Amino acid sequence: MAGHTKYTPTTAFGKWMHERLPIYAMVQEAALDFPAPKNLNYWWTFGGILSMMLVIQIITGIVLVMHYTPHTSMAFDSVEHIMRDVNYGWLLRYMHANGASMFFIAVYIHMFRGMYYGSYKAPREVLWMIGVVIYLIMMATAFMGYVLPWGQMSFWGAKVITNLFSAIPLFGDAITTWLWGGYSVDNPTLNRFFSLHYLLPFVLAAVVGLHVWALHVPGNNNPTGVEIKSGQDSIPFHPYYSMKDLFAIAVFLMFFAAWLFFGPNYLGHAINYEPANPLVTPAHIVPEWYYLPFYAILRAIPSKLGGVIAMFGSILILFALPWLDTSKVRSGNYRPIFKGFFWIFAIVCVALGYLGSKPADGIYVLWARILTAYYFAHFIIILPLLGLIETPKPLPASISDDVLAKSKAKLAPAE
Amino acid sequence: MATASHADVTRRDFLYIATGAVGAVGAALTAWPFISQMNPDASVKALASIEFDLAPLAEGQEVTIKWRGNPVIIRHRGAKEIELAKSVAVSDLKDPVARNANVKDGDPATDENRVIKGHEQFLIMMGVCTHLGCVPQGDNPAKEYAVVEGSLKVGGWFCPCHGSHYDTAGRIRKGPAPENLHVPEYSYLSDTKVKIG
Ligand code: HEM
Ligand code: FES
Repeated sequence: MAGHTKYTPTTAFGKWMHERLPIYAMVQEAALDFPAPKNLNYWWTFGGILSMMLVIQIITGIVLVMHYTPHTSMAFDSVEHIMRDVNYGWLLRYMHANGASMFFIAVYIHMFRGMYYGSYKAPREVLWMIGVVIYLIMMATAFMGYVLPWGQMSFWGAKVITNLFSAIPLFGDAITTWLWGGYSVDNPTLNRFFSLHYLLPFVLAAVVGLHVWALHVPGNNNPTGVEIKSGQDSIPFHPYYSMKDLFAIAVFLMFFAAWLFFGPNYLGHAINYEPANPLVTPAHIVPEWYYLPFYAILRAIPSKLGGVIAMFGSILILFALPWLDTSKVRSGNYRPIFKGFFWIFAIVCVALGYLGSKPADGIYVLWARILTAYYFAHFIIILPLLGLIETPKPLPASISDDVLAKSKAKLAPAE
Repeated sequence: MATASHADVTRRDFLYIATGAVGAVGAALTAWPFISQMNPDASVKALASIEFDLAPLAEGQEVTIKWRGNPVIIRHRGAKEIELAKSVAVSDLKDPVARNANVKDGDPATDENRVIKGHEQFLIMMGVCTHLGCVPQGDNPAKEYAVVEGSLKVGGWFCPCHGSHYDTAGRIRKGPAPENLHVPEYSYLSDTKVKIG
């Protein structure tokens, strides 16, 4: 059965290489033969999907740069040039723009998967925290990428988000001036965002490496939350999960292609096809959908500094999640009360996203306040308390036991 | 004890720490150019001032011009707007400070302190919402917002981004913005000509 098989080179070249750079041994041990729990479901395929999306963003990004010009007087036109003149330019740009959205869909599913199955709990705290770092870098990268086409939403999004730093007491204005390289978002800002937008995905790739490293120390969590206890519980990653991941990737690519070919601008904002104008703010400035819940939190707090703290706090609190959840049981499948609260939390996040897309007025603000309060309460009241008061269902003795019990139940005649 | 602990700190320890300290200072000094290059460069700073002719601006008219990359709102206010601004007690304001580069720091946000004496009709201020930097809209044709709840639904500015309301002197009255719209440094070259910056 699975387990760390020791690689022994069989060919003369393999042996020669192994003594100099044991790269094949590493691939075999860390990827091919890596023992994975045998009960992983499709929610576990999003890690592979995310890796693929990062590669797609990097490849499409590099070819876009071959035609893009990072200057305020030419950026907008160069993107239109990509759309109209460059061979398949429209396809490459739509892949990159929609790819960012797909990337976020995948990361959100991946994160909620972790929250439901308690994948952040010991011994996977560092793995989880590196994941939060990845998420932060993704947000920064996508934000700076969105500025590059230099449309109205690019400009005003950049202005509003960089202005968040002006809420910092004493140094706020100095920091925004430094970020902009001027007194407003302008050409120096566009140039540096371009530089960083090119850099960060590669930083991301390196941090993904750390993430996978931190995954390989404790190994995968699984739907039961019970660790692998014997060879009975695991199967080698390849071919079992490499194929499952590939299948999921194929399905995800169909989903991606549907957006790409049937609604390439659906997730965007029409106003970003208008060149940036520093003198006129569009009537409704709305960030890309993946930032909306945080935007709602920002606007829910009636104070500038308070709103900024709440917004950053709502993300940073994820770092503390492993210690806020006091329950010893990992998987939500065995936590009847947690399960309900998990879904309420998921709905609250989606609802905050909806509110973030609405004007900051009247009833919308009221609801944003209530849900923001709930968002934080989930982490600092509900999760710590639940672990103390909830009686979890009995855990299976092992992954194997659980798998066998389930298949037996399936075979039994219906009652 | 004393001799023992004395013996613990050796010449070598001292050199170690001293070398480390010099290295750290060197690293910090080397980092500085890399940080400083992001601050406004000489060409950005050179765009220091602009002049503007107020003569064509009739009462009730407003223009937005660009100065250092930012919008500056120039409004020729009517008597009613000025009266409305004067009728507000400073103690009722969310931000009681003038935020005017042409008066002393910390002066109260009276209507007089928001403009230059003798030219009260011209309100000149940055069109940069003190919340997160959007351009507040004046003259909203729909007049669908109240500058202050319960007041006349006219005049002032409304920031579309997160709903900050500024009154007819550009002072924050409602919404998330913390400060009044800033008044940049400017002066009258003649009765109808101003120099901003
Ligand atoms: C983590 C990976 C990445 C994400 C999430 C991302 C995201 C984005 C987003 C949201 C846009 C705006 C799309 C639009 O509305 O037009 C954009 C534009 C752009 N990105 Fe990326 N990007 C990534 C990687 C890269 C890389 C590696 C490069 C270059 C090597 C690159 C180069 C560009 C260029 C040139 C544009 C401007 C052209 C355009 O707007 O379509 N990106 N990016
Ligand atoms: S930028 Fe004006 S209210 Fe937020």
